[in-house]
Amino acid sequence: MMTSSRDELHRNAAPPAVSVEHLTVVRGKRTALDDVTVHIATGSITGILGPSGCGKTTLIRSIVGTQVITGGTVTVLSRPAGSADLRHRVGYVTQDPTVYQDLRVVDNVRYFASLYGNGAAAADEAIANVGLVDHRTALCGNLSGGQRTRVSLACALVAHPEVLVLDEPTVGLDPVLRVDLWEQFRHLARRGTTLLVSSHVMDEADHCGDLLLLREGRLLAYTTPTQLREDTGCQSLEEAFLSVIRRSTAPALG
Amino acid sequence: MILVVPSLVIALMYFMFSDVPHLPGTPSPFDNACLIMLGVFPLVVMFLITSITMQRERASGTLERILTTPLRRLDLLAAYGTAFSLAAAAQATLACVISFWLLGLDTAGSPALVFAIAIVNAVLGVGLGLLCSAFARTEFQAVQFMPVVVVPQLLLCGIVVPRDVLPDWLQWISNAMPASYALEALREVGAHADLTATAARDIAIVVAFAAVAMGLAAATLRRRTP
Repeated sequence: MMTSSRDELHRNAAPPAVSVEHLTVVRGKRTALDDVTVHIATGSITGILGPSGCGKTTLIRSIVGTQVITGGTVTVLSRPAGSADLRHRVGYVTQDPTVYQDLRVVDNVRYFASLYGNGAAAADEAIANVGLVDHRTALCGNLSGGQRTRVSLACALVAHPEVLVLDEPTVGLDPVLRVDLWEQFRHLARRGTTLLVSSHVMDEADHCGDLLLLREGRLLAYTTPTQLREDTGCQSLEEAFLSVIRRSTAPALG
Repeated sequence: MILVVPSLVIALMYFMFSDVPHLPGTPSPFDNACLIMLGVFPLVVMFLITSITMQRERASGTLERILTTPLRRLDLLAAYGTAFSLAAAAQATLACVISFWLLGLDTAGSPALVFAIAIVNAVLGVGLGLLCSAFARTEFQAVQFMPVVVVPQLLLCGIVVPRDVLPDWLQWISNAMPASYALEALREVGAHADLTATAARDIAIVVAFAAVAMGLAAATLRRRTP
């Protein structure tokens, strides 16, 4: 069983890698996030889960510092999110693979490497880490969706970030690759990287130490997979999540 | 394409004008037209290329992503500016070489000045393109900025109707457009052996326009978006 950052936070007072306090984001007329507060410990893997449109990407963009926030604070590695010196230390993998289609794999990764001040060796290492050595000279436009996702991931790994934020990294990947990727995430976490991974697939929750369950911009639960099962009495996390939703929407009946 | 097309069009004009009679002692119509093309091409081509590339960068999300890296915004614009200006320089070199040597373009002023003005025009095109890309949602819209931004400048810069016979209000608009100064500078170089004060002032004005466009473009690159 993986350690939970929540337990860890209670045990020692090390500053959390990411602190979100009363975060509210209004996009247009919609409240995308409503008073969300979480503290994420260093070296943990935290899953951000919820149906699509629940605010996962908005939360992620707030942590990366690309989202204009309406209220509250987001602190990453003891700095306000989006601070200039965090740009070296926070990696971001966007939901759609953001790579240049008309460049080769190796050129894409080298480009990002140089943006972070790293050399070609770092780029090759990142390509090897996502298992694309055979495709390193292929044009990204000719790759499959899953391969492009991995190129996008390599472009973030190349910076050796302390906090790695991934927005639905496993969408469209086959099961074998998914397992590989999670294995790699665990490896990164063991080396001290803090990972935040969003997903709308509940089966992936079991890979995470902690879970943030979001719905309609609200934090329904901040828990661990085991705790969630115990609290709801459901074996499958999918059902557990549904039962949390039912409880939160009908508290009077509960 | 970028490299060869302007030269081909200039060659086409050479043949178009080859049988046109002209008064002895005045510059030949081809010289006139060719000079204008050497100024117009870098502006138009670079505007198009830059606005579309930058729009793609915005639409694909790569812009948002590279803005989360330590990259500085001005570095990004400078990199874009240099890359496209180098392409423009190659294009202008080829076009100038062909015009002056093969097609016998004759200017009173130095070919180097013509080349320099072509490059300044290209930088202006890059600046305007970067700026306009911010207002286009799709590549399709980006292309449409061409008739909005570039065509009026070309119409009012004195190629079609001399500027001093334009109605007053159009003259004022023309005065506010960078292409008017770029073309005036080219004419000056065509007619005078030395760099005239007017030409120098015109070049400075075009450079200033380009710098302002780049500055405004930098302001449209936001790290945080709603």
